[in-house]
Amino acid sequence: MIILFGVFLLALLVITALAIVRSESLFAAVILTGIFSLLMAANFFLLDAADVALTEAAIGAGISTVLFLGALALTGEHERGIATNRLLALGVVSITTLLVIYATFDKPRLGDPDAPVQQHVGPWYLEKTAELIDIPNAVTAVLGSFRGYDTLGEVFVVFTAGIGVLFLLSARTGWRPEDIEGVHAPEQGLRHYLVPRVVGRMLIPFIFLFGLYVQFHGDYGPGGGFQAGAIVASSVILYALLEGEKRALEALPMRVLQWLVAGGALLYGAVGVAGMLLGGNFLDYSVLASDPIAGQHIGIILIELGVGITVTGVLLCVFHAFAARGKV
Amino acid sequence: MTMAIDILSWIMLTAGGIFVFIGGLGALRMPNLYTRMHAASLTDTIAAVLILGGIMLQAGTTLATIKLAAILLFLLLTSPTASNALASAAILSGLQPEEGPIKPREDDA
Repeated sequence: MIILFGVFLLALLVITALAIVRSESLFAAVILTGIFSLLMAANFFLLDAADVALTEAAIGAGISTVLFLGALALTGEHERGIATNRLLALGVVSITTLLVIYATFDKPRLGDPDAPVQQHVGPWYLEKTAELIDIPNAVTAVLGSFRGYDTLGEVFVVFTAGIGVLFLLSARTGWRPEDIEGVHAPEQGLRHYLVPRVVGRMLIPFIFLFGLYVQFHGDYGPGGGFQAGAIVASSVILYALLEGEKRALEALPMRVLQWLVAGGALLYGAVGVAGMLLGGNFLDYSVLASDPIAGQHIGIILIELGVGITVTGVLLCVFHAFAARGKV
Repeated sequence: MTMAIDILSWIMLTAGGIFVFIGGLGALRMPNLYTRMHAASLTDTIAAVLILGGIMLQAGTTLATIKLAAILLFLLLTSPTASNALASAAILSGLQPEEGPIKPREDDA
C-alpha cells in the first residue's frame, strides 16, 4: 500500500517538475514549485521522516513561495526566451539521468536493515537516546545533542544566507517604516479586502501559538527550531501581507530582526561555551545541571530556541528585503 | 455499535472521495474561471468535511480526533477565504463573469 502511495506521489512529482520547466509564466511556475514542495513533504512523511516533512511543508511550500512571489513583484511575470543550444542541454540531462539510474542499481532496497546507513552510528544513537538524553523524539536528540556541531553549522549557514541577502538587497531602501511610505502600492496591504483580512487576523495568533508549540514540543514529537522559526515567521508575514509592510515593520522593526538573526546564533554558541566553562566539552550539555540528563534537556531546549530565533529573524529579514524594495 | 460507526465512517469517506473526484472533473471541464472555482471549492468544503469526519469516526475519542477537528476548523476558515481572494483578484484583473448561455471553451472546439 505504501509502495502504491509512493509511486503515485513520485509520478506526480515528475509531472509537476516537467510542468515547472515547460511553464512560460513565472507566476504559474512559482505556484507549481509550492505544489512540488508539498508533494515532497507528503513523500517524506511516507518515509516516516515527520520532522523533515514539517520543515519542507513550512519552508518549501509556505515561505519560499511567498519569497518567490516577492521577487516576481520586483521583476517580470514572464520568462524571457533565451537562445540556447537545446540539443546540448538534452544530451547533458540524458547522460546524467542514465548515470543516476545506473547508480541506483547499487543502492540497497529502501529500509533494508543491512544497508550501510543502518549499520553505522544510527543504531547506537537510537539505543543510547533513552539512556543518555531520555526524550521520546530521537531526531531531536541526534540533531540537538549528538550532532550538535552539525546543527551549529546549519544555523550559521542560515545566518550567513540572511546576512548575504541583506547585503545584496538592502543597499537602496532605508529600513525605517517612514521610508517605505509611497515606495510602492502594497504598503496598504490588503486592507480593502474585508474577508481575507478578518479571517487572517483571526488566524494569526493561532499560527503563532502553533509555532511556539512546535518549538517547545520538539523533544516529544516532530518539530524543533527550524520548523517553529518558519511557522512564527509565516504568521508575521501574513500580518505584513494583510496590514501592509509599514505596520509589520512598526510592530517588529528591522533593528529587532537583526538582533534576532545574530542573537539566536549567539545563544547557540553561548550554550556551547557555557558547557566549556563548566568543565565539559564544547556543546556538551551534560554539565549544565547537576544531573546529566536534566543538563541535556536544558541544553537542547536552549539551542532549539537559538535555532528558532535565528530562522525567524532571517526569514523575516529576507521577506522585508524583497517586500520593502521599490520596483526596479 | 462499532459496526455501525465503521459503516457510517466508510460511507462518509467514500462520499468524500466521490466529491473530490467531481471537484477535480469540474475544475477540468467547466467553461470559465468562476464555474471552475465553483467546482473546485467542493473539494475543500463538503469533501473535506466528509473525509475528515470519516477519519474522526475511525479515530474515536482520542487526541487525534481533537487534532482532526482543529484541522477541519482551519480548513473551513481558510479555503472559502482563499476562494474569495481568488475571485476578487480575478474581478480586479478585469475578468467579468459571463452572463447568458455558456459558450464552450476555445480549446474544446
